[in-house]
Amino acid sequence: MLRQWFDPEETRRVGNTPDYRFSLANERTFLAWIRTGLALVAGGLAAAQFLPPLPLPYLREVIAVGLLALGAAVAVRAVAHWTRTERAMRLGTDLPTSRFPLVLAAVIGAGATLLIVAVLIQAARGEPAP
Amino acid sequence: MSDPGLQPERTTLAWRRTSIGALAVAVLAARAVLTAPGVGPVPGALLATAALLGWVGLLVLGRRRAAALRAGRPPVAGRTLPLAALIIVGYAVLGTVLVLVCLG
Repeated sequence: MLRQWFDPEETRRVGNTPDYRFSLANERTFLAWIRTGLALVAGGLAAAQFLPPLPLPYLREVIAVGLLALGAAVAVRAVAHWTRTERAMRLGTDLPTSRFPLVLAAVIGAGATLLIVAVLIQAARGEPAP
Repeated sequence: MSDPGLQPERTTLAWRRTSIGALAVAVLAARAVLTAPGVGPVPGALLATAALLGWVGLLVLGRRRAAALRAGRPPVAGRTLPLAALIIVGYAVLGTVLVLVCLG
């Protein structure tokens, strides 16, 4: 399985070569995921150096490391998804479905909710917002 | 090759957007290294250089891909995509180590 992800030549030996335009679309989807990963990593790096300390202990560090880990997961998963899609196109089977976008959206939504709560706690204590 | 959708050009532009994003991340990572307390000047300079080299790596991957597309070779070469993902993972690891070093 891992070998499949990281050795595209292996993928290229199954089935028939699809219309190159489909492969290029798959590649652009991969790059869009890579940019999503870059944005999450940028958010993590920015949180680590520009966020002031938050009312809950270590919340800033948790946000930074969480965003960085999400970014890495998105990048690794982008390779896996590209490979699975390429295989499906070569074998003429249905394109792979994935719960990953749903999970990603849920995690980001939960993180944003956590931050809103932290800001409200700070406001309720009568301290200025960070 | 017949190309009603300008597919190679769109793919080249997608690579270019990705390198621009990587430049922003490289600058943020280099700044994080250079401003982190507890990172000495020599390791700091080395890590900041590594952060910028990550961007150069993605730039080179994109350039090579663009050249292959211009030459009419659409299949993506060997390990280009895993390497691109690896660079993102590298930035994430660097950032995590910095956060942990600043804590401890």
